[in-house]
Amino acid sequence: MFDLSGKAALVTGASGGIGGAIARALHGAGAQVGLSGTREAPLEALAAELGEGAHVLPCNLSDADAVKELPKRAIEAMGSLDILVNNAGVTRDQLLMRMSDEDWQTVLDVNLTAVMKLSQAVMRPMMKARWGRIVNISSIVGATGNPGQTNYAAAKAGMIGFTKSLAYEVSTRGITVNAVAPGFIETAMTDKLNDEQKAGILTQVPMGRMGSPEEIAAAVLYLASPEAGYVTGTTVHVNGGMAML
Amino acid sequence: MSEGDIEQRVRKKVVEHLGVEEDKVTENASFIDDLGADSLDTVELVMAFEEEFGIEIPDDAAETIQTFGDAVSYIKGAV
Repeated sequence: MFDLSGKAALVTGASGGIGGAIARALHGAGAQVGLSGTREAPLEALAAELGEGAHVLPCNLSDADAVKELPKRAIEAMGSLDILVNNAGVTRDQLLMRMSDEDWQTVLDVNLTAVMKLSQAVMRPMMKARWGRIVNISSIVGATGNPGQTNYAAAKAGMIGFTKSLAYEVSTRGITVNAVAPGFIETAMTDKLNDEQKAGILTQVPMGRMGSPEEIAAAVLYLASPEAGYVTGTTVHVNGGMAML
Repeated sequence: MSEGDIEQRVRKKVVEHLGVEEDKVTENASFIDDLGADSLDTVELVMAFEEEFGIEIPDDAAETIQTFGDAVSYIKGAV
């Protein structure tokens, strides 16, 4: 099931835990993968692990010119671009009363504006091909909110509205646009929490455990597959029951 | 490239993309009102013209191309 042979996918934030797992899953299903991220060493390591069909495409998504170039570089490297996974994200957590304009803007630029720009850039090849998949990695906090994350939650909720609107626009062209909203996942982002904080969060997760990056990747793989051709504008929540939406 | 040649090639692209009869594609035929295009079709038509003629049609110009005649006269000026 889920055969992506002949497809080319671009994954942003592939140097992170979830992005790496997504790239492995898509590559494992036969797709070529473009690995984008700011840190080149982990991208190179992942490309070496995956072998043939993996391409390293470093990019800083807060740099508007670099964002514009990224899809072109991906197409040059892979010959086409059929699947875009907007996974890159940054946090600058702070109570709103103490939040700087810069903390707000950086999070909006990387987590939301880059998604718009990359999606816009891949529209033309996808429309011509009459096939395309855009999968946006949102977050549970986009739906539930979280203190200290007004910027991050706004960007992640914005992503869901963006996903639905674009899904409408291109629905007749064989292009689907969906989101995946992870809950509490084992990554570098959540490693920063101490045991007490983790235990506190886990009391709110009916399954009583954190999710794995592979469990997010599986949802992305499904949405990227030909089998999900009738699914568009939706958000798949992968959160152990933390929020039943 | 003669002007009649341009007109013929533009007409061919419109017929291909919108699936309309050739004789419906007249000077004043509006892509949306007369030829059944939706807004996304008009974007795709512009893309098709760009490819056919090897030109780039900027977004603000694309917005002014509403009819077959608009397309032909823009392309004549651009090639």
